[in-house]
Amino acid sequence: MTSKPILGPYSQGDILRLGAAMAVTFLVLPLIIQSDYWYSSILIPWLCLALAAIGQQFVMGYAGQLALGAAGFMAAGAFALYNIELRLPWMPFPLALFFSGLIAAALGVLFGLPSLRVRGIYLMVATLAAQFFIIWTIDKFGWFKNYDTSGIITAQDIVIFGHAFTSPLEMYLVVAAVVTVLTILAINMTRGSVGRNWMAVRDMDIAAESMGISLLRTKLQAFALSAFYCGVAGALFAFTYLKSLEPVAFDIKLSFQILFMVILGGLGTINGAFIGAGFILLFPVVLNTVGNAWFHGMIDATIISAIEQVVFGALIILFLIYEPLGMAKLWEKLRARTFGMSAVRPTVPADLAQKP
Amino acid sequence: MTQVRNFSIGGPVLEVQNISLRFGGVKAITDTSFKVLMHEIRAIIGPNGAGKSSLLNCINGIYKPQEGKILFKGEVLDRISPNIIARKGISRTFQNLALFKRMSVIDNILVGRRLHMSANFLQVAFQTPAATREERENRERCEEIVDFLEIRDIRDTPVGRLPYGLQKKVELGRALATEADVLLLDEPMAGMNVEEKREMCRFILKVNDELGTTMVLIEHDMGVVMDISDNVVVLDYGKIIADGPPEAVRTNQNVIDAYLGVAHD
Ligand SMILES: Nc1ncnc2c1ncn2[C@@H]1O[C@H](COP(=O)(O)OP(=O)(O)OP(=O)(O)O)[C@@H](O)[C@H]1O
Ligand SMILES: [Mg+2]
Repeated sequence: MTSKPILGPYSQGDILRLGAAMAVTFLVLPLIIQSDYWYSSILIPWLCLALAAIGQQFVMGYAGQLALGAAGFMAAGAFALYNIELRLPWMPFPLALFFSGLIAAALGVLFGLPSLRVRGIYLMVATLAAQFFIIWTIDKFGWFKNYDTSGIITAQDIVIFGHAFTSPLEMYLVVAAVVTVLTILAINMTRGSVGRNWMAVRDMDIAAESMGISLLRTKLQAFALSAFYCGVAGALFAFTYLKSLEPVAFDIKLSFQILFMVILGGLGTINGAFIGAGFILLFPVVLNTVGNAWFHGMIDATIISAIEQVVFGALIILFLIYEPLGMAKLWEKLRARTFGMSAVRPTVPADLAQKP
Repeated sequence: MTQVRNFSIGGPVLEVQNISLRFGGVKAITDTSFKVLMHEIRAIIGPNGAGKSSLLNCINGIYKPQEGKILFKGEVLDRISPNIIARKGISRTFQNLALFKRMSVIDNILVGRRLHMSANFLQVAFQTPAATREERENRERCEEIVDFLEIRDIRDTPVGRLPYGLQKKVELGRALATEADVLLLDEPMAGMNVEEKREMCRFILKVNDELGTTMVLIEHDMGVVMDISDNVVVLDYGKIIADGPPEAVRTNQNVIDAYLGVAHD
């Protein structure tokens, strides 16, 4: 099969791929991309949304809990970071970001509680409460916005070791660094016992419980980590992409988009979070560009956006029916066909697999 | 039973005392008591709907009987959830396969090691030496089970894609991985052909002989029951109608009547 694991759950191939991805992220892209547009409007939001999608994967793709409210936790993270920067300006940025995630995680536990009682569509409705409650609270109590009345609050500068990261490239590097670290931690967890417990609960909760897994702890852990990832993603999204803090940016539509990223990208894969986020983000851009180029403005923008909705809807239904593992699986199949690599990734250290 | 047993049968390990279980108006179990002895293979038999599965579900905490109590190693298992009961040393398989369908065979078995793994999510996330060592050791243990059950060729297959008989085997593997003191096996050989049943019996006997694991198994095939069990409990309409060694039970008039469908008065 594949090569031996050399670092925990990673095979040599994994390390190569991860190394290549990091080299591209931190060296190649910064060297070849000069345009600010690419950083500010594509790479930064893509990475932020992919991070939120990883959070959604934890709770939905791995733990199998149909939760809808990622944007609420993103808002919590964003406003937490704003308030920490405002009120505790001495706190180093990475620490402030971490605490923003923790605050979102605490809310995640709270709003994950219904998962102990209800499931499926009922849980989805229950978790929507997180979405509305968090946004409502931020809107209702002026303290969260520092009693700003203008409606739009400018995000503070990101300062690390006395250096302000203000250019698009610098902000991109900050986002990329955080996303890289959290992605590696996510891979470690999902390939290890944490992910196994989640998947066991997802696939057959009564059997999981009979094997000694506490449903309460496991589900709430998934909700907490999911909200942590969403919180950090939301904070980065506000501080590096929007550069402002407005609750409307985190409305229900964003929650749905993150849900779709996970479904299209592939439930229960970390790759899928990146693929899904990229697709959802880029698809409208591509459609717009193509629409304008081919039809020279003859098609109304509202029609293009209608087409976008229809195509999304159709794709989601198709994927749910024919390829629940999403684009990540298609990509693996394609890779297998083109490079003759194994389509099924062994989820285990390969040296054990080779025991005669 | 020609093999040498490393553990001879001891005193009671599991005591079911006067339990009654109702679902609305349906009496699944009525005032039932019996004892399972340490290291024995205990069969539970009885016609369909007799309450056999319900009994196992009561023992591992999935159902809560309205009356009576269950003692495990002298301690009352009262109103506690299956995961706590698993911690105390009782594991099981299910009649209608309760595997983790989208996970591979080896991952299913690894979940059985849950209680032997204590690394928390931070240790796993940061791959601390303790977490990686624990993962490696438990994987090795599972590989031994894969070899023991002779399922190496399917170890990476998602269990949902396997035929029924193999899934039953994987479920046994998952239960074995727990290294629980008592295994509750709900029709582990249902739907298997003679060959497969023989193989399954071999596994069950071997584990019992070598590790002394107490087995409580539900089985319809009387041949199998006579071959492997030390004692048999017979349930009919939620009541125990016979309890004893297989030869005695087979010739018991109540049992014969129950199986021949003699009308109740
Ligand atoms: N969850 C439940 N809800 C309602 N009734 C139930 C439930 N579980 C079992 N019963 C009822 O309890 C009775 C005993 O069922 P049980 O499954 O324990 O029988 P069994 O002896 O295992 O039968 P079989 O050999 O068919 O597996 C049946 O009448 C069944 O319908
Ligand atoms: Mg049954």
